[in-house]
Amino acid sequence: MRKHENSPRFRWHIVVFLAPAVLVYTAVMIYPLFNTLRLSFFAEVDQQRVFVGLQNFHRLFGDAIWSNQFWNALGNNLWFFLIHMLVQNPIGIALAAILSHSRLRFAAFYRSAIFIPTILSFVIVGFAWKLILSPIWGIAPGMLDAVGLNSLYAPWLGKEEYALTTLSLVSVWQFVGIPMMLIYAALLSIPEEILEAAEVEGITGLSAFWKIKLPLILPSIGIISILTFVANFNAFDLIYAAQGALAGPDFSTDILGTFLYRTFFGFQLQLGDPHMGSAIASAMFLIILLGVCLYLFGIQSRMRRYQF
Amino acid sequence: MSAARQNPFNTVAAHAALLIYTLIALFPVFVIVINSFKSRRAIFREPLALPDAESFSLIGYQTVLKQGDFFLYFQNSLIVTVGSLFFILLFGAMAAFALAEYRFRGNTLMGLYLALGIMIPIRIGTVAILEMMVQTGLVNTLWALILVYTAQGLPLAVFIMSEFMRQVSDDLKDAGRIDGLSEYRIFFRLVLPLVRPAMATVAVFNMIPIWNDLWFPLILAPAEEVKTLTLGSQVFIGQFVTDWNAVLSALSLAILPVMVLYVIFSRQLIRGLTSGAVK
Repeated sequence: MRKHENSPRFRWHIVVFLAPAVLVYTAVMIYPLFNTLRLSFFAEVDQQRVFVGLQNFHRLFGDAIWSNQFWNALGNNLWFFLIHMLVQNPIGIALAAILSHSRLRFAAFYRSAIFIPTILSFVIVGFAWKLILSPIWGIAPGMLDAVGLNSLYAPWLGKEEYALTTLSLVSVWQFVGIPMMLIYAALLSIPEEILEAAEVEGITGLSAFWKIKLPLILPSIGIISILTFVANFNAFDLIYAAQGALAGPDFSTDILGTFLYRTFFGFQLQLGDPHMGSAIASAMFLIILLGVCLYLFGIQSRMRRYQF
Repeated sequence: MSAARQNPFNTVAAHAALLIYTLIALFPVFVIVINSFKSRRAIFREPLALPDAESFSLIGYQTVLKQGDFFLYFQNSLIVTVGSLFFILLFGAMAAFALAEYRFRGNTLMGLYLALGIMIPIRIGTVAILEMMVQTGLVNTLWALILVYTAQGLPLAVFIMSEFMRQVSDDLKDAGRIDGLSEYRIFFRLVLPLVRPAMATVAVFNMIPIWNDLWFPLILAPAEEVKTLTLGSQVFIGQFVTDWNAVLSALSLAILPVMVLYVIFSRQLIRGLTSGAVK
């Protein structure tokens, strides 16, 4: 019962409770977001900010210097996302499935240990892997040598054709803990009776996983996919920490986040251009919005949720 | 009963798989930490060996502690993280209470407005945020970072805490009202203590991303005296890239505080992640 519902006085306390959060959120998040979208229609001419309509977007998509960089970054970003979906999430689900076995000993230990990379900063992760994979130090070649696969070694981070995939796998290594935890939680919430009923029918082990558990955790897999998508399409830190703002070798690891950083903040000889930066940020905003809408209206609304 | 689920072969296979993955997860951290205690020659000659009496050396740590202002960086990170968490929890809980407790026109709309930020990353607005911070003179202050992280953390905080606050019994609050408590007292004295678990979840979710962020410190507060530990170690390692002892020691020192936080809060974190707070 809400007693104050029909109170004739204006309820100031509601305003007081809401104001700080709404003000900070609006001023520091929503307003700059729309201001960035607005700035993408401006440019600096003779040190004056003037409205130029869609000119920045014409340059971004029409001028080969910009459009090549943009499509390169977008393509790399898609590959980055694809590897997360194909490697990180299946491994996370598999680990969660094993962990959720009843009566498995040391489950808490495994869970905590596998989650450790997730809490480390990108700077640590980027440099640690850079050192380990480095041909100078020789840990990676030494280990491959020990199993007789020495010929497979290459300076992965230094080769254009491998660098992006290697960094994606490093990122997978770092974040596998998140899908693992979320799926683990979803698996634990499946009632024991359902599994026992399946067992009576002779469905156990792997087939119980495929036929019973997997369909029940599909909504969680959907959430993980959209979280991965949003995180990947504004990723920046790992690439910057491992390869620098130029996302080398020869921009082969450039993703939208590093492209945005270089463009609006400037790097080395390139001067920062906030208006072109805003145009790239607007493109990123549209991509993320598209993904989120696709998920909300295309996937989530069609998914059946089971209430236990 | 569940013989198939207790099959000893399956158990062994499960442990083997988990053990292998645990080794993969911990190996890089292990290699970095053990080599940070070795002399330069030992680092290269036997990278996988534990430091012994002959190869033990603290030269890297000496360089780091002499050159870098790591205590200052650490202090900055601490101020930013604790400050942001304080405002996220206070403002978030207040807004969540308003949305969960009172019926007023625009309630649903306000809830949706605040929830927008859960999915849209704040980084998209960086260009305008930087401009605003320059105009207000907040650039290169810790306040710039605290404001940004507070705005970033609020949407999820309001969402999680309002779910919790709907479960607080109405009888309790109404009893408070009959006793003449103001709405503010009801919130601070009666409701806030009851939603402590939700606040812990929110705090733990926000703590690690704020501590580890590189993007906003790099753009909003790159000056020496306001560098966070993450940015500080990034810059330091970039400068000492050929001094392997120093780099490995700096990495180990950067791992240390997060590991301490993790050991203290891991139960909260895992409980939060698995309690379905993100459903």
